[in-house]
Amino acid sequence: MKHRRYKNPVGVSKYTGLLLISPFITGFLIFTLYPFVCSFVIGMTDQHSMVVSKFVGFTNYRTILSSDDFRNAMGVTLKYAAILVPLKLAVSLFTAVLLNLEIRGIGFFRTSFYIPSILGANLSVAVMWQYLFTSNGLVNQFLELLGLSPVSWYGDPDAALYIIILLRLWEFGSTMIIFLAALRDIPRDIHDAAKVDGCGCIRSFFIITLPQIKGVIFVNLILQTISALQEFNAPYIITGGGPLKSTYTLGMLIYDEMFKYGETGYANAVSWILFAIIVSAVGLMYLITGRKERGKK
Amino acid sequence: MKKISVYLLMTIIAAIMLYPLLWLLGASFKSNSEIFSSVWFIPKSIDLRIWKNAWETVTPYTMGHYFLNTFIIIIPKTFFSVISSVLVAYGFSRFDFPLKRFFSALLVTGMLMPAIVKIMPLYLLWRNIGFLDTYIPLVFPSVLAEESMFVFILIRFFNSIPREFDEAARIDGCGTLATLFRVLLPCIKPAVVSIAVFTFLWTMNDFLNPLIFIQSVEKYPLSLSIRLSVDSTGQNYEQCKIIAVSVIGLIPSVAVFALAQKKFVSGITAGGLSG
Repeated sequence: MKHRRYKNPVGVSKYTGLLLISPFITGFLIFTLYPFVCSFVIGMTDQHSMVVSKFVGFTNYRTILSSDDFRNAMGVTLKYAAILVPLKLAVSLFTAVLLNLEIRGIGFFRTSFYIPSILGANLSVAVMWQYLFTSNGLVNQFLELLGLSPVSWYGDPDAALYIIILLRLWEFGSTMIIFLAALRDIPRDIHDAAKVDGCGCIRSFFIITLPQIKGVIFVNLILQTISALQEFNAPYIITGGGPLKSTYTLGMLIYDEMFKYGETGYANAVSWILFAIIVSAVGLMYLITGRKERGKK
Repeated sequence: MKKISVYLLMTIIAAIMLYPLLWLLGASFKSNSEIFSSVWFIPKSIDLRIWKNAWETVTPYTMGHYFLNTFIIIIPKTFFSVISSVLVAYGFSRFDFPLKRFFSALLVTGMLMPAIVKIMPLYLLWRNIGFLDTYIPLVFPSVLAEESMFVFILIRFFNSIPREFDEAARIDGCGTLATLFRVLLPCIKPAVVSIAVFTFLWTMNDFLNPLIFIQSVEKYPLSLSIRLSVDSTGQNYEQCKIIAVSVIGLIPSVAVFALAQKKFVSGITAGGLSG
């Protein structure tokens, strides 16, 4: 093996950096790698209620893939992510562009768009959301004011998932802030030059802004997809998975199997399937966007 | 004309974002029938007894007790995650070492791995060494820089500081750590504030981890106590009390955000999170 030279200041050993990042290495081993391997091993057993048990190989996976509950949960999760992620990215990008116009009072708008995502996962917000969508709650009252017919949010299996989707959409602020930072990095003169050449707002958005922030769109897409596929808190608190399991996500299925029914082996196998779904979703996006320069931005 | 339509649009969005929160605040004073009959958020009368009632909770403890519990978790956690993330980011940004690319890749991988897969093995791990129902499972991971996101933010900030700063410090006799704490850290204050605020908010919001690791009601953090109030109050009874509990639960997050707002937002827009 060829000896590599380490570009460190004089007198600094090549181990100084390693020592500094050692908390991360230890943390990765204990809190990421170990649980992942362990979960895979448990997923191969018929462990029940945490009692040590025997190895059954891929039996759990076979049972899971043919189970109706799993298929339903997977359908719900994929549908949820497929609706939420593009909507959320579009709304965040749109508001980020508005905020980037640099008109007066921008601070107020930025803060108010951002607040919901900050409080986001707070339980209180979930409780609030639950009330907003009750049969005579605020949302339906508004619909009536606008002359529309109220929706039975919790009774209608088609509507219930939208309670969760709207909650997460309402929390678009953190995604927006990431876009905003990227928009600020685009040099002003490119837009000015385009303007001089007679390029309108909308056109310059598509031919200048979008290509410039490609990298950030990709990062946001991946972050949002990962978190959407793992959704647990909101359906757990707001709808409890109902009605007719129309909001029963994979996250809820794993939690129930694990802590409610004590099917530890089974639950860990499901969580590995979820992991596989996440990895393949991310891989697929990576392939489709065909990006080689991911490290660049 | 164009400006007016932009303002109009932004005002509508701002209303959608803020009105539910205002409504929640107002509803905490309203009677059941008023909650579900009026769209307007200001209550007809203000009855502070509802809040007092909510504060006392259904458990033998007041909400003050749960606030205290939450802060016992948050304070060390914030401290440790700032220290550990700063050290790790400093290492990645300023030093060259064996397998550096491999470890950078691990940092990204860590973010892709779903938390839900880890829950069960971690539960078993903490149970086996006897730390269930303590705050250690909630706090200890922060000592080991568990949030890759923070490390990323800090690396970006460190990279934006010219290397000449380090060299000057070194010539003046600063060692590796003195350079970090005396010279670089003051330069990245906004990032440190962002990380501290994020840790605060995320811990405040965290529900799944306490749900699994904490069992006795006495040790519940705020989020679990809210859940308890919701469950035990019942759907058709005294809605305003549940709502008042929720409002109280949001106060710390809103307060911290309001206090740190300026530094915090500049800390993340200044390049940190943009990947």
